[in-house]
Amino acid sequence: MLKRLFIALFAVTLAGPAMAAGGDVELQKRDWSFSGPFGTFDKAAMQRGFQAYREVCAGCHGMKLIAFRNFADLGYNNDEIKAIAAEYEVQDGPNDDGEMFMRPGIAADRIPSPYANDNAARASNNGALPPDLSLIAKARGNGPDYLFSLLAGYKDAPEGMTVPDGMYYNAAYPGHLIAMPQPLYGEDVTYSGDADDSIEGISSDLVQFLMWAAEPKMEVRKRIGVAAVFFLGIFVVVSYMAKRRVWADVH
Amino acid sequence: MSATQFKSPVVRWIDHRLPVFSMLHHTAHDYPTPKNLNYMWNFGSLAGLSLAIMIVTGIVLAMSYTAHVDYAFDSVERIMRDVNHGWMIRYIHMNTASFFFIVVYLHMFRGLYYGSYKAPRELLWMLGVVIFLLMMATAFMGYVLPWGQMSFWGATVITNLFSAIPYVGESIVTLLWGGFSVDNATLNRFFSLHYLMPFIIAGVVVLHIVALHRFGSNNPIGIDTKGPQDTISFHPYYTIKDVFGIAVFLLLLAMAVFFFPNAMGHPDNYIPADALQTPAHIVPEWYFLPFYAILRAVPDKLGGVLLMFGAIAVLFVLPWLDRSPVRSARFRPLFRIFFWLFFVNAIALGYLGGKPAEGIYVILSRVATAWYFLHFLAILPLLSMFETTKPLPKSISEPVLGSSGRTA
Repeated sequence: MLKRLFIALFAVTLAGPAMAAGGDVELQKRDWSFSGPFGTFDKAAMQRGFQAYREVCAGCHGMKLIAFRNFADLGYNNDEIKAIAAEYEVQDGPNDDGEMFMRPGIAADRIPSPYANDNAARASNNGALPPDLSLIAKARGNGPDYLFSLLAGYKDAPEGMTVPDGMYYNAAYPGHLIAMPQPLYGEDVTYSGDADDSIEGISSDLVQFLMWAAEPKMEVRKRIGVAAVFFLGIFVVVSYMAKRRVWADVH
Repeated sequence: MSATQFKSPVVRWIDHRLPVFSMLHHTAHDYPTPKNLNYMWNFGSLAGLSLAIMIVTGIVLAMSYTAHVDYAFDSVERIMRDVNHGWMIRYIHMNTASFFFIVVYLHMFRGLYYGSYKAPRELLWMLGVVIFLLMMATAFMGYVLPWGQMSFWGATVITNLFSAIPYVGESIVTLLWGGFSVDNATLNRFFSLHYLMPFIIAGVVVLHIVALHRFGSNNPIGIDTKGPQDTISFHPYYTIKDVFGIAVFLLLLAMAVFFFPNAMGHPDNYIPADALQTPAHIVPEWYFLPFYAILRAVPDKLGGVLLMFGAIAVLFVLPWLDRSPVRSARFRPLFRIFFWLFFVNAIALGYLGGKPAEGIYVILSRVATAWYFLHFLAILPLLSMFETTKPLPKSISEPVLGSSGRTA
């Protein structure tokens, strides 16, 4: 049995990349506000991204690692966070009668997932499992560019390619056949103000939100990083000067 | 060294009864060291620092990590999100693991270039290979702990290698797994061993240093020190030089930790382990890629496993394969060419290990694997018989004095 498993694994390592490489995947490179050593998240875009997630994605995709209290990072204050949380129904319990019950969410709750378990998710989606999006921006190579390209990548299949029922053609998806129907067509979300609600605009907002969800400590990380590199840069210079001085009498 | 040389009466009192201060003074202060060591000799102290960073951050991570298949992935994310500065501790641990291997590989290449493995330092070298093996085992088990997709499938592929051993292979795999598949028992024993092994490494490091101090460091010229004119005391000369090396190391490490923390990892490990879904492309961590390439170069499973372990085993007997009495490549013109060929070949193996095993990559992997073994088993023994080496200087201080004498 082990031998067969091993052979299967090798076959997969052989075939996998061929599949991934099969068909040139179109990645649109974009300048993100969070790129580079001084990059920061765009709070307004993240708020719009959360709105789009909630109205477009959340029907199928959970974000179980994110708690409502984390939305302070998006620029919401405590009252706003409590209000957002209260719009969700969260299962709690058991109560004194031993029953589970539903109650409005509080800031400490995590975002409830749309399905009770993976099997329920597959049953509702033709056997495909919509992945949890908490870490999706880090769980794919070139995460932000990939997600943007994927959301904006639905096109007509090229001549001669048959797309099976329940599958869709996507220029950015490895293998090009994806089980997720096109989620965005433009004007899917009614933004307050005059934010861009084209496919590109909403995708860009979603990427801001998802990147934050995957790496919520990025801003503080880069801030400490700049200080650490500055300090260590001085340390390098000073220790080199000390070394030169100590070694002056050798040779 | 007598206790009376210490200024503090407390230190004198303790040292008279427990001579730890004398010992430290002897090993890190007035320990005579060749005066001509170049910056390639900095990587030993950097490896020691890496081990210390790994142990300290690892102990802190273990306080918040849960070794259970249902909780491991989420407990790591909890460290990343909710534990105060947990993200920093974890990113330091992750990236220092890679830096540890970079430093150790440079340390080993330095030993290869300057013949540091030759008599009388054979055991010093072999202890180093033991440390390298222990590091690989520790790193492999550590990579399993977050229980992401690469953790799970990497563990499955690597543990399955042992099933290639005739007769007892399958039993060994069952023992490694603690069951009949990679599961909770596997994760638990890997966590236990991952916590234990760094301390074993630390023990072997002590032996490595004891062996080093028996004859002292080799040096770029590769000839023995002839007297006090060839050496300087370890402190302050090499302590300050090591501090400078540490500063550069920490600067590079900080850049990785704070700006590119996931560059040396694999995105798939941010997907929770799923026994029913194989990743498209199972690759080990980058530092295993040369050995992974050797494993895959052989069409036969047992053969591949034997060659992969053979690639490390051959390092153990290296002092007896290269019999040339001249240590440093500086005085071995042919050896120097072959060293650089070996170096390029090793990098090529690492590149090929990360490529899919198909088409031209398979052929190149086989050529590179053959060259790896040819270098140790044929080229080095032949070179030590037929190579004409350049004349060696009489002592470390002679070339310095000689040249200054000429220019004066």
